[in-house]
Amino acid sequence: MSEGRSPILELQGITKSFGGVEALRGVDFALHPGEIHGLVGENGAGKSTLMKIIAGVHTEFSGHFLIDGAETRFRSTRDAHAAGIAMVHQELSVAPDLTVAENVFLGNQPTNRLGLVQWRRMAREAGEQLSRFGIDVDPMTRLGDLPIGLQQLIEIARVLFSGARIVILDEPTSALSPPEVERLFATLRRLREQGTSIVFISHFIEDILRVSDTVTVFRNGRKVAETASAATSKGALIEAMIGRGGEALEHSYTDDLMLPRPSDSQIVLKVDQLSLSRSLKDISFEARAGEVLGIYGFMGCGQQELSRILFGKLKPDTGALVVEGTPKTFASTAAARRAGVALVPESRRDMLFHQEPVYKNISISILDRISSLLLKPAQERDIAKRQVEQLQIRPPVVGLDLGMLSGGNQQKVALAKWLTYPPKLLVLCEPTRGMDVGAKNDVINIVRDLRTRGLAIIVLSTEPETVLSLADRILVLKRGALVREFKNEPISKDRLLEAA
Amino acid sequence: MSSETALAAEQRARGLTPFLRSQMRNIAPFLTLIFLSAFFAFASPSFATLDNLGNILTQVSVTGIIAVGLTFVILCAEIDLSIASIANVTGIAVAYFTLQESYVNIANIPLPGAVAILLSILLCALLGLVNALGLTLIGIPSFIMTLAMMQIAAGISALLVRGQIAYKVPSLITTLGSGSIGGIPWIVIVAAIMLLGGHLVLTYTRFGRYVYMVGGNREAAEYSGLNVKLILGAVMVISAVCSGIGGMLGVAHFGSAQQNEFDTYLLDSIAAVVVGGTSLFGGRGGIGNTIVGLFVLGVLNNGLDHVNIDSFLKILIRGLILLAALVINVYAQRLREKAAE
Repeated sequence: MSEGRSPILELQGITKSFGGVEALRGVDFALHPGEIHGLVGENGAGKSTLMKIIAGVHTEFSGHFLIDGAETRFRSTRDAHAAGIAMVHQELSVAPDLTVAENVFLGNQPTNRLGLVQWRRMAREAGEQLSRFGIDVDPMTRLGDLPIGLQQLIEIARVLFSGARIVILDEPTSALSPPEVERLFATLRRLREQGTSIVFISHFIEDILRVSDTVTVFRNGRKVAETASAATSKGALIEAMIGRGGEALEHSYTDDLMLPRPSDSQIVLKVDQLSLSRSLKDISFEARAGEVLGIYGFMGCGQQELSRILFGKLKPDTGALVVEGTPKTFASTAAARRAGVALVPESRRDMLFHQEPVYKNISISILDRISSLLLKPAQERDIAKRQVEQLQIRPPVVGLDLGMLSGGNQQKVALAKWLTYPPKLLVLCEPTRGMDVGAKNDVINIVRDLRTRGLAIIVLSTEPETVLSLADRILVLKRGALVREFKNEPISKDRLLEAA
Repeated sequence: MSSETALAAEQRARGLTPFLRSQMRNIAPFLTLIFLSAFFAFASPSFATLDNLGNILTQVSVTGIIAVGLTFVILCAEIDLSIASIANVTGIAVAYFTLQESYVNIANIPLPGAVAILLSILLCALLGLVNALGLTLIGIPSFIMTLAMMQIAAGISALLVRGQIAYKVPSLITTLGSGSIGGIPWIVIVAAIMLLGGHLVLTYTRFGRYVYMVGGNREAAEYSGLNVKLILGAVMVISAVCSGIGGMLGVAHFGSAQQNEFDTYLLDSIAAVVVGGTSLFGGRGGIGNTIVGLFVLGVLNNGLDHVNIDSFLKILIRGLILLAALVINVYAQRLREKAAE
């Protein structure tokens, strides 16, 4: 619809690398006035890097950068602002303790001649702006008292009404409820009519197809497709994102993989109608001994909250956990551990003691089994040595401070601490994220070995490969609800992404 | 390119320097102690004598007893501001339960000595428990919780003595606080035993390990399935009981029990622990550090009396030394983090 006019923003042959790794390779990108441009691609495909270049966050790159046909170089985000470019980042960047009105006018509150803030005018104008957006809140409410979805809408509203000509939205819908998404889309369409150009990044391909005019697909730092939204489909976009053919070095899971017949072994954990405010809705499932249950979903889908509830770190609003037939309400993580539940969270920093030696990291969870009052350091070291040997942790020195180990080896230590007296249920969050291929394979083999030893294992991940490589049965979590179960059927990355 | 050269530079630096850097926390207080001792020995002939060493030991004993419990608290990255008040109220309580001379105008409840001691210890344990519950169950930051407890304990003290002074305490307390055996004051022996006990608990017991782990990374301790609240609660009670014991012996040592008697011990105890090099961020340090810190403070206080300095200036000097120690404390933490990266 806007093909006739010349682009407001044009990038030619953009290449950007971080420490020798190319994040973008010769990318061309054009944005026309009054266009909503959708961007899709897997994590690390280069979408965010490109947007950060446009928003002036990354200033070192090669290639041409043209605004209104004139070559430009931003030296900071302030330059981008001055050129009429604004970006809403995925993480909320609001001030929860300030009022709604203050947040809307953050940084440019209306003042009188003495420099004092004109509160009444600010509240009135904020209210007007927000009601144009379909948000009906008292502008003098503390922002933090509002639901997260509404906070996000207010942040988006602030940027949309800041007068920017180009607005970049990074995953704006992940925390929004369906009616809130509708409101956002209605506003985006209205702004498009007024000539604002919008870049819309999202994992939710349906959302992209519904609101955008053009879609660009990224893969491995390259632009692999650009089409009119009306002329494509979710399936075609997923195919372009993943890519067929021998491009990937690893097993790419593009072909169908057969999930085994569901196991009928003992039910170790039964989760019954678990809900947690806006994060989780009515979650019910079972985990069985000797089975790896994969739970896949996009970032912010509620995985993190679910794993914390299973380990007694968060308390659900409603719902029950039944461990081996006994209903449990975990008062603390200590209670969960005693009931035979173990958790390896996604962040190793949260899980390990970086200033303590490896053997203390491994023995911490089992100290009450190997010693009553007095410590038995020799035994601790023996146990740690055995684990280090079995899991091939490098370097194999149990007295070394944990901080000296590489990320992959730290992850192995995080697993090792639960393995001397294996739990009944092991919950793993992103077990292979950020690891090199070798370490990934090691971890996958460890998990498979634990499965044959009869543990019930739950793997939660936002990376399809992780879930596909490990799970016997897969649940898909979407915006806090379980939407699909894969079992005893063919599965591929396409099918998994299609369901999410 | 630049990251490669940085890496090479770091590899060159590996060797003795990182070890020294990581030990900065332990080395710096020790050097401070040696420097101060040498300075006063040079400045005053009466400083470096065996008699004066005995004086220093006796002078730091009450602080030392209180600092044992405080070390546990600070290792957990918490703070206890109620230590001096709890010491005061426990000392007053043990006198309150002892028969006083007729001229002491306190409506007290005389009990047998053993019962009086037991009740007093129960009192300080109870106050510590209130601290523990406020911190763990309600979630009040320890700084605020113990600030409130400081007032509460001072209030109980005021109600018990009502502005009067009591002199008598049970004979066991009198002996331990002011007696001596073979020329060594009992209070020094008690302090030494308690410091040793604290060290053994921290180094060789499961509980001690938990204290270090909770202080080192509380999140990780929780993800390891430790009962973090129980451990935090326990250290608050330990701190209160150590303070109580310090208070009872202190009353016997000073020869009287009265309001505001222990006020200076709050800062002294915190200073001893921190000057010794125990990290305010938790997880690093220990009783060994506290002992060095006690000697630094003891030598400083005692030494300033031996040289001819305006007594009002001494307060300022003490403050400056404390500041210097805090700077080193924070700096050592940063060096360590750098070494770990």
